[in-house]
Amino acid sequence: MPLLDVENLRTYYLTRKGPVKAVDGVGFQVKEGQAMGLAGESGCGKTTVAMSIMKILPSRGRITEGKILLKDLDIVKISEKEMKKIRWKRISLVFQGAMNALDPLYSLGDQIVEAILTHEPRFNKKDARKRAEELLELVGMERKRIKSYPHELSGGMRQRGLIAMALSCKPELLIADEPGTALDVIVQAQVLSILEDLRKKLNLAVILITHDLSIIADTCDKAAIMYAGKIVEYVDVLDLFEDPLHPYTQGLIHAFPNIKSARTRMSSIPGSPPDLLDPPQGCRFHPRCMYAMNICKKEEPTLTKKGEKEHLAACHLYVNI
Amino acid sequence: MSEDNVIEVSNLRKLFPVRTGFLRTLFSKQQSYVRAVDGISFDIKTKEIFGLAGESGSGKTTAGRLVLKIIDPTSGKIFFKGKNITAFTRKDMKPLRQKMQTVFQDPYESLNPRKNVKDILAEGLRIQKLVNSEKEAEDRVIKILEDVKLVPPEEFVTRFPHQLSGGQRQRVAVARTFILNPEFVVADEPISMLDVSIRAEILNLFLNLVDEFNVSILYITHDLATARHMCHRIAVMYLGKIMEMGTAEDIVYEPLHPYTKALILAVPVPDPKSRRTKLAVYGEIPSPINPPPGCRFHTRCPIAEEICQKEEPELVAKGKDHYVACHKAG
Repeated sequence: MPLLDVENLRTYYLTRKGPVKAVDGVGFQVKEGQAMGLAGESGCGKTTVAMSIMKILPSRGRITEGKILLKDLDIVKISEKEMKKIRWKRISLVFQGAMNALDPLYSLGDQIVEAILTHEPRFNKKDARKRAEELLELVGMERKRIKSYPHELSGGMRQRGLIAMALSCKPELLIADEPGTALDVIVQAQVLSILEDLRKKLNLAVILITHDLSIIADTCDKAAIMYAGKIVEYVDVLDLFEDPLHPYTQGLIHAFPNIKSARTRMSSIPGSPPDLLDPPQGCRFHPRCMYAMNICKKEEPTLTKKGEKEHLAACHLYVNI
Repeated sequence: MSEDNVIEVSNLRKLFPVRTGFLRTLFSKQQSYVRAVDGISFDIKTKEIFGLAGESGSGKTTAGRLVLKIIDPTSGKIFFKGKNITAFTRKDMKPLRQKMQTVFQDPYESLNPRKNVKDILAEGLRIQKLVNSEKEAEDRVIKILEDVKLVPPEEFVTRFPHQLSGGQRQRVAVARTFILNPEFVVADEPISMLDVSIRAEILNLFLNLVDEFNVSILYITHDLATARHMCHRIAVMYLGKIMEMGTAEDIVYEPLHPYTKALILAVPVPDPKSRRTKLAVYGEIPSPINPPPGCRFHTRCPIAEEICQKEEPELVAKGKDHYVACHKAG
């Protein structure tokens, strides 16, 4: 049984102009100890997926349909009180934007201690502090950094601090939202390698949210590519670059320069992502797709399996294969 | 000074004084400085795209602003087409502004939200008095919109920035620069605020315009992967110094400086079969106020020796067009 099984999740933001369908029928699974990459452009709904799993949607956000099964517990249905027992203790989140996610008025230690005490009532303050020190060591920081305030920490250290905080109650699943963005390449590589080490050491399941496919290639086992609120391809990372099926995935791969490959012209995907208040009919990618056929404008493709492996794509090109 | 260099910079230095409190200024012996750019030299040839790469805090943006004389250097010389412009005043620079232009990083910030596309593009023409009539300005605007592939141009001239997507905005920003027929353009991270799927189109637009307009570009970036695809030559900066300079191929395939090697190793490669091995460099870039003595990289360098802590290495040639500042390289 997978640790996390998301089925047909729909999360809408209710606005005066109508619902913004930020996540519209998303499904995927994450097994224990597995790393799954969730990739897509900004506005494709990847952060909304993370917030839905944590049930920390902004007040206008609603999960209108679908299941989020953590083992056999459907967390869509449970109350906020029950959710509190799951949040941080079973699923936790490393927030996007290390620079702004910490409170500048409290030391890093205080913030980690607060997280521990909130979620683990049996801990006293002294134990929590000890645990916070251990956590900092776990993410490769000095114990004395417990006293540092965010402004005394560099970007990389803040990001490590956030990871330490997310791990404070020994979760089974860690969601990391753009953990490398806004950091320098060397520091980004350090942070990603810490996540990778922790995953192996603690047998953590990780959902890594990013717009950078090369980061997924570097750290994940599975990849789900999102476009306009839908998963368009779900694939083993090894096959993602060898045999990408969906034209959007292919486009994304070509849009990224590979430092090691010959100097070529990169190609971009024409157009821009659709307005989710009024997404295009049929396949949401069809206005930007170079293979678009008549059927793509009318009928929405479903995620279907291609071949023997667990390789799914939502594209009419592969219906009869 | 060679004639085919559009830009030549020698030993350029910019120190920003650190502002301290009143009492500290009274009692401290010396003023401390942020050594943002600390003695860099390079040249850019006609139609060349020259990359300036480095982490944040390396001084690459300051270098770009110095070359354009947006800020004045503390010391060093800047030549534009053989002319020493180091001591030029704002007034002296004004006629040159047409020839030396920039594209800013963030198209969401750099376009005036109250002006439509036509006014944004025509403003430079009017200020530089490059057109005699409104009609002429309009024709130039239509022409440049076609050049940056915002077609049909008639549809875009009346739009305001909020009616454009991110990629379209950056095209307008690029058009605003190229409408003046510049000979030298500083592009400071022109794609870092854009969505991944449209980055390539802006980069390709630059490549096309370089061909069409006979322009040289100083391309400032933190991303060696795009630098490698865009640039002819790349200079890698660290704490205000150039650590290594060479052709894009040399920098990527035969890096000599341990810092360059670390940077390249840290770039994630879109190939799950060649996952990167152990990192070579730990820690983060130190503060540019009082940078480490000797080689600035020695505090993080895996192969540093005693000499690296004492003596600052010079940027020396290690092959054709390949320069490196390291005691232990080559």
